[in-house]
Amino acid sequence: MVNQISVFLENKCGRLVNVCQTLGRENINIRALSIADTSDFGILRLIVDQPERALSVLKEEGFMAMETEVIAVEIPDSPGGLADVLHYLEEAEINIEYLYSFVEKPAKDALILMRLDDIEKAKKVMEEKGIPLIGGERIYSL
Amino acid sequence: MNDWHNMDCVDREELAELREQKLLNTVKWAYQNSPFYREKFQNNSVTPEEVKELKNITRLPFTTKSDLRESYPFKLAAVPMEQIVRIHASSGTTGKPIVAGYTKNDLVEWSRLVARTCALAGVTSRDTAQVSFGYGLFTGGFGLHYGLEYLEATVVPFSSGNTERQLSLMKDFQTTVLVSTPSFALYMAEAAREMGLDPKKDYSLRLGLFGGEPCSENMRREIENQWGITATVNYGLTEVVGPGVSGECTCQEGMHLHEDSFIEEIIDPATGESLPEGESGELVLTPIFKEGFPVIRYRTGDITRIIPGNCRCGHTTRRMDYITGRTDDMIIVKGVNLFPSQVEEVLSGFKEVSPHYRLVLHRSDKGFVKDVEVQVELTPEGFTDSFQELEKLEQNIKNRIRSTISLAPRVKLMEPKSLERTTGKSRRIVEGEDL
Repeated sequence: MVNQISVFLENKCGRLVNVCQTLGRENINIRALSIADTSDFGILRLIVDQPERALSVLKEEGFMAMETEVIAVEIPDSPGGLADVLHYLEEAEINIEYLYSFVEKPAKDALILMRLDDIEKAKKVMEEKGIPLIGGERIYSL
Repeated sequence: MNDWHNMDCVDREELAELREQKLLNTVKWAYQNSPFYREKFQNNSVTPEEVKELKNITRLPFTTKSDLRESYPFKLAAVPMEQIVRIHASSGTTGKPIVAGYTKNDLVEWSRLVARTCALAGVTSRDTAQVSFGYGLFTGGFGLHYGLEYLEATVVPFSSGNTERQLSLMKDFQTTVLVSTPSFALYMAEAAREMGLDPKKDYSLRLGLFGGEPCSENMRREIENQWGITATVNYGLTEVVGPGVSGECTCQEGMHLHEDSFIEEIIDPATGESLPEGESGELVLTPIFKEGFPVIRYRTGDITRIIPGNCRCGHTTRRMDYITGRTDDMIIVKGVNLFPSQVEEVLSGFKEVSPHYRLVLHRSDKGFVKDVEVQVELTPEGFTDSFQELEKLEQNIKNRIRSTISLAPRVKLMEPKSLERTTGKSRRIVEGEDL
């Protein structure tokens, strides 16, 4: 299980910069991020090396932030890699709320971060199919 | 009950006689002594002799806000200025300020009215009350100050601003009563928590007297929950005297009007016709005790109604309902009448958003309001990592507004504390181009 930080952002100039500056000042490193937005607001999702500290410093700065659990799987960085994983989840009727990915260095495998409606079930499916789940500790220290 | 309650427990027949007599005196006084009213009566071909009983009040012309502006600064005076001992004025955000002058007697009467208002709300001489209204030309600060002093409560005249200091003195003095605008009370609770204090546990507050801006039922409950107090609202306006026109008792079922000192009417704002008791319309007030700057049939612009029947508390005075809107705040959007208070009422039904909101008006080239955006702050309870949930929340708010006012405004969720907080009347309505 990986702890992700979600931050509510109004769609206005400078808010993303503020988040990044806050984390930078506190020496917190961003491992991966994704932003989803409408014309009104956005949700910034972050994987950082120190999730708990990140949450508290962001809150102190007045950001609306929360912790969410996502799972991380390692897939080969090759054509069709992601499709297999998605297919297994679909078979098991597990819904994906969102996902994003990043490529490890050196780029042999890719990491997919997923927010699912049934994390426990998904873990079992991944186990059965032999797809490695990556724990939080490894991701934070990548 | 002590004597502060006597005038609010009076026999209704006696009260009617008293009101009639005081009204006739006021009409005569204004005609004889105020050049403004003499001219106004003459222009409307009416003499004080035509007002023989209370119901004849409708023969007299209304006084409007623009009348008062035109009488700037002292045309309303019915006594030589040397007898005026204090002057207050409205903020004058739209045009010239409205001036109110008080004789020594006026100030005593006013203090009594405010003292009665405070007593109705449950304040006693044992209380320590912090007045967080601005002291100055605005009637709120001085009005409550002298009323509370008259009641022999211990008054802390803090005035507005400097929230942190307000909070520490309130704690140290073990203040039991807070007098402020409702939005400032909410802001103070927020600020107390930021200072690491618990508004409920670390303070001795038991009662709040709120006025100066409308307070919705949900806003009141919010204040009560956050502070752990009884929150009462009261009503008044500079044009007729200041605070002390009416106020709630602890039943919180409407504001008892000091009928011995004001004649109230509810009219249709479009036609000026009196409405039957219980119906909602514009409140018209005639203070029947003022010497200095008399005012007759003042159109307050406030939308309310007189609540039929007696209050459970035993006071015999009639009650005004809460102000549900302003005739001049009314925004017409695509032919639909919209009062900001209606939006507030809807928003306060959602725990996912805070009571802080703003209406942004977008106008067409011709100046009509074609669109309204409702901006509202998300609360920690309302925040979720799920995009669908947040969009659903916006949609739910929009639907609820549409079902109450047949208008579907854009709803925009904002970050906490991104909307302006004010110590006075909140700026709830802004023009799109000002942003």
